[in-house]
Amino acid sequence: MAANDYGEVMARKNEIMKKAVGIDYERFATGKIGFDYERMMSEVGYKLDEIIKIQSETAVGKTPFIELKNITKLARKLAPEGKGARIFLKDEAANPSGSYKARRASVSVYHAQKEGYPGVVAATSGNYGAAVASQAVMRNLETIIVQEVFDSRGVGQPEILEKGRKCEAYGAEVLQLSVGPELFYTFLRVLEDTGYFNASLYTPFGIAGVEPLGYEIVEELKERENKEPDAVIITHAGGGNLTGTARGILKAGAKDTKIIASSVDLSGLHMASDHDFNRKSFTTGHTGFGVPFATWPDRADVPRNAARALRYMDEYVTVKQGEVFYITEALAQIEGMERGPAGNTSLAAAFDLAQKMDEDQIIVVQETEYTGAGKHPMAQLNFAKENGIDVRNGDPKEEKAGKSVIIPEHPSQIKAIDVDLDKLKLSYLSKVIEDTNVKEINQVDLEFLADEINKSKKATEEILKREFNLAVVGG
Amino acid sequence: MGEVIKAGSWVQIYQVILPAGKRAPQVPEDTKKVPLELKAKGFLQEDAKLGDTVEIKTVTNRILKGELIEVNPSYEHKFGKMIPELLQIGPQIRKIIRDKEV
Repeated sequence: MAANDYGEVMARKNEIMKKAVGIDYERFATGKIGFDYERMMSEVGYKLDEIIKIQSETAVGKTPFIELKNITKLARKLAPEGKGARIFLKDEAANPSGSYKARRASVSVYHAQKEGYPGVVAATSGNYGAAVASQAVMRNLETIIVQEVFDSRGVGQPEILEKGRKCEAYGAEVLQLSVGPELFYTFLRVLEDTGYFNASLYTPFGIAGVEPLGYEIVEELKERENKEPDAVIITHAGGGNLTGTARGILKAGAKDTKIIASSVDLSGLHMASDHDFNRKSFTTGHTGFGVPFATWPDRADVPRNAARALRYMDEYVTVKQGEVFYITEALAQIEGMERGPAGNTSLAAAFDLAQKMDEDQIIVVQETEYTGAGKHPMAQLNFAKENGIDVRNGDPKEEKAGKSVIIPEHPSQIKAIDVDLDKLKLSYLSKVIEDTNVKEINQVDLEFLADEINKSKKATEEILKREFNLAVVGG
Repeated sequence: MGEVIKAGSWVQIYQVILPAGKRAPQVPEDTKKVPLELKAKGFLQEDAKLGDTVEIKTVTNRILKGELIEVNPSYEHKFGKMIPELLQIGPQIRKIIRDKEV
C-alpha cells in the first residue's frame, strides 16, 4: 500500500507522465532556465495543414462566424459619436461536443490512436472532458475523465455536474472527486493503472489544435470584410485558448491584431478551498486560473506547458460575474443565441472595449460554448442564492466574489478592468528565478525570458538588473 | 435491512481516497480537515445492499471497489426558478436599440 501514498505516487510523476504522453521534454532544454519552445511545438506537434486535415475527420472547426449586429448597435448607443467597433463572434458551440475544446482534444486523441494507446485520460472539470470523450468515441478509444465536482457536504457545482453528464453521454468513465489539488494524484494512479494516453490540455497537441481557430478568424474576416481583425478577445483560464488562437492569428499573417485576454474576476477566492468551492458562479475562465497559469505556466500536468499566454497577450482585462450573466442574457435576448455562460466572459469585455474603439474597427470574440441545465445563468444564480451569495441588481463594480453577484441595472455599467500586465510579468520572472535559483543570466536564457514576457532583450535585461539584481553574462 | 440490489445493476460507489490527516501539504486549512472523496459509476458485480462494500465494473471495464451509495444514480442539476434579477435585461436592451433612449 505504501507505494500508493500521496508522496510515493507524486515521486513517480515524471516517469508516469513520460509513458503517458510519450514526450521527452528534456531534449528541448536550453540554458539553465529555458527550453526551445518553438522547436518543441514544431517537432512534437503537427503542422497547421495536418491539423486541419485531422480535425476535418472528426467534424471539428469551420464553425459559423457571426456579426453581432444588435449587440454592436447597443454598444454604439452607449458609445461616444464615431465609436463602437463591430463585434463578431466565432460560434464554437457548433463543434461536436459544444465548445472550442473539441479542437484541443482532436489532435491528442488522433495522436493517441496513431501511437496505439487503448484509451485517453484527462483531468478536467470543464468542457474539455466532453470534448475528449466525443473525439475518442469517433476514433474508437476508451475515455476516463477525472473531475473535481463536489465539496465536503457532497454538494456538486451544477456546471460541473452537467459537464460530467455530457462526458457520460459520450460513453466516458467519469471519476468525480471532492475539492483539492490531489485530483492530480488520482489522475496519475489512473494513468498507471490503465496505460492510457494523457490527453493533457497543455501538450503541444492540445495547443496546436487551437491554432486553426485563430487562422479561420483571420481568413474569414479577410474574405468577408477585406481586413484583418483589429482585436481578438479570448476568455482566459489555463492559457491554451489564448496561446493557440494567437499562434493561429500570427500564422495567418495578422501581425497587428491586438490579442486581449479576459477573465472573470474571482479575486479573494481560494481555488483549493473546500469552503470557497461552491461560492463561485464560474468554474472556468476566471482569474483563479488565469493569473497563476499566466505567471507560472509550468504548474501544469506536463513538465513544459505549451500554453504560454504571456508570450502573446497584449492586454488583459477582467469582468465581474454579474456582467457576464448580463451579456449572456443579452446574447439570447437580442441576438437569438443562447450560449455560455463562462464562454461569454470575452463577450462581456468586448462589449465595453468596442465602445472605446472606432466604428470602422472590428473586435472578434473567438468562442461560444453550449448551454443547458446546470450550465446556465439561471442554474448558477439559483445555486449562488442557495449558498448564501447576495444576488441582486446594482452596480457590478461593487461585486465581491464569494459574497455577491451583482447584475448590472444598465448595460453602460459593464466595464472591462485592466490588469497590470507588467506586474504579471514581474511575478513570472520572480517565480522562475526562485525556482531555478540562478545567480546570473546567460544569453540563451535572456532570449528565452524575453520571449516569455514578450519584451525586447534589452528591456528584459534592464528588468532583471533593476528588480532582481541579476546580471546578464556572455554575449 | 434494505432491498437486495441485483448484480448487473448500474450503481454508484463512494471511496475515501485520502483521509483528512493525509492530504497534500499545500491544501488550505479547511480542505485539510476533510477527506478527499471519490464517486464512480459502473455495473454491480455481485448482489448487495446499500452501504455494502462492493465491486463495480466501469464502462472502461475497470474493477473499482467502494461503498454502494446509489442505484441508477440520477442527474439532479437543473435550471431552477426564474431569476427575477435577469428579467429586466431583455426588455431594457430591446428598448435601447429600437428607440433612441439610452
